[in-house]
Amino acid sequence: MPATESMKAGSGLSFELPSEDTLLVRLTGEWKLSSRLPAADEVMKHVDAGPKIGRITFDTEGLQGWDSGLLIFLIRLQELASQGRTVMVEQDGLLPGVKRILGLASAVPERKGARREAARISFLDRLGVYAIASWKSILQTIEFIGEATVAFMRLLTGKARFRPSDFFLIMQECGAQALPIVSLISVLVGLILAFIGAIQLKIFGAQIYVASLVGIGMVRALAAIMTGIIMAGRTGAAFAAQLGTMQVNEEIDALKTLGINPIEFLVLPRMLALFLMMPLLSLYADLMGVAGGLIIGVSMLDLNFMEYFIKTKESVTMNDFMVGLFSAAVFGVLVALAGCKQGIQCGRSASAVGEATTSAVVTSIVSIVVAMALITVVCNVLNI
Amino acid sequence: MADKKPHIIVQDLTMAYGDFLIQRDLTFTINRGDIFIVMGGSGCGKSTLLRHLVGLQSPAKGKVLYGDVSFWDAEPEERETIMRSFGILYQSGALWSSLTIGENISLPLQQYTNLSPGQIRQIAALKLSLVGLSGFEEFYPSEISGGMKKRAGLARAMALDPEILFFDEPSAGLDPISAHLLDELILELRESLGATVVIVTHELASIFAIGNNSVFLDPETKTMIAQGDPKSLLAESKDPKVINFLTRGAGAKPQ
Repeated sequence: MPATESMKAGSGLSFELPSEDTLLVRLTGEWKLSSRLPAADEVMKHVDAGPKIGRITFDTEGLQGWDSGLLIFLIRLQELASQGRTVMVEQDGLLPGVKRILGLASAVPERKGARREAARISFLDRLGVYAIASWKSILQTIEFIGEATVAFMRLLTGKARFRPSDFFLIMQECGAQALPIVSLISVLVGLILAFIGAIQLKIFGAQIYVASLVGIGMVRALAAIMTGIIMAGRTGAAFAAQLGTMQVNEEIDALKTLGINPIEFLVLPRMLALFLMMPLLSLYADLMGVAGGLIIGVSMLDLNFMEYFIKTKESVTMNDFMVGLFSAAVFGVLVALAGCKQGIQCGRSASAVGEATTSAVVTSIVSIVVAMALITVVCNVLNI
Repeated sequence: MADKKPHIIVQDLTMAYGDFLIQRDLTFTINRGDIFIVMGGSGCGKSTLLRHLVGLQSPAKGKVLYGDVSFWDAEPEERETIMRSFGILYQSGALWSSLTIGENISLPLQQYTNLSPGQIRQIAALKLSLVGLSGFEEFYPSEISGGMKKRAGLARAMALDPEILFFDEPSAGLDPISAHLLDELILELRESLGATVVIVTHELASIFAIGNNSVFLDPETKTMIAQGDPKSLLAESKDPKVINFLTRGAGAKPQ
């Protein structure tokens, strides 16, 4: 745009009637977006005032500067003139640049069917669409679980392909690198559990049972649940974001066209890694949780270190360990499934990656809690 | 085109990523209304030069002047004012994927002008019609083709009526006819809006069709080895590298 920033003259609009059927529109001053632009309707008022007017012409001698502001005015004018009126808009008086741009704007006619109207959808329609979408997503989940199972079977028969280095890298990321946060959370959970128990048990003089409470609570359920939730936020979200971004960048398509099954290549190593690492992390969380309880036991309840240790050993059975480790492995699979499923089925935009990540975390946490409930009930029935 | 006022002056510019030198001692001037081509083989730093010009990356040495203001020595507010006069078309469009095409074009207008929503809609429609995409306001970038994305990106670049338009490989990924139409469009926009255009490309057809000034970057010596009108470069240059590039490796000047 010619830079005539010297002064903001404002845009001027005046009218003349050189002959009975012609309206001369005089444009003066600056016609820029930054100045206040007159509305095209003003011209039409003059057109409608003189019933015989059939032509609009322009005089742009006093025009000092213009940009898109003038263009949208002229386009609007053209629209108004062709709506139920028989008025010709003659562009001869306009600047050559303006004429060319207007020509360019109308060069490619609007493609039929391109424009979308924002239709109002009724409540029932929306409910139906939502129900169908929910059903589809259930089907997709089942399909994904099926594909993952098939891939796992192929792995067992030695047919699945993925890069071992990827597998070890993922193991490191979701195993060793999670230790600090798992330590912190588990110690605190053990601490909280001991603290709550201590207040009640002290009334009966049964402080020593804090060791059993913390021991069984952590080993059987809480260590696995807390580790699962940490991994959902840490690793499940990362899986969804990674795979989602790969989907956006067509990297997953590139794998498919190379004949590499993305489920085997991307999902399987992630699932295996979490499946193997989760029980280990959970075992570590057991230890940290008991340590947290120990801190409270020794510092607040006047228990002796050995006393606490022996009581813990006495009350925690092998079965508790097994239930805890089994749950952790299940949670690992659930977190990996949720993260990878959302990532692989992600849409192709930045916000879709965000949605995939969110729903990966939400699904993981919900399924962890549901699975824990199921495991607890089953164990109860089986007397484990 | 009569006024040959300098618009962008690059003085002694050296670009580097850490210790890794990309290009050194670049000195050239882009005049107002020029269609300036940055050319050179792949990996010679063309896009990096563009990033320096538009203020995404600071030079290791040297200056980039807009008018008489040195961009990298200016205050942040002044830089922002300069940057607002840019329209940039990125290599793959770089449309914001969570916004519709219409919203993509409206965003800069909402940020920097006091226009009413109705006016913004009209301008978005105008810009889309200029690039031949009338009526595509409600589409998301993932729903349109690569060439359309590029044109929508151009519409967004033009949203604020920029004084300088930067293009990073505008015709890459377009079919020859679309590429030709885009060239025409660039010429037309330059003619009617009087904007300065800077294009990074190695598309020979475009270079000769629309460029009237250029700089040639050499990846081996890591500096510029030619500048001027591409057509006269082809006719007059003595440098075999330049001739080779401009003749697609044929080495000889076409008769």
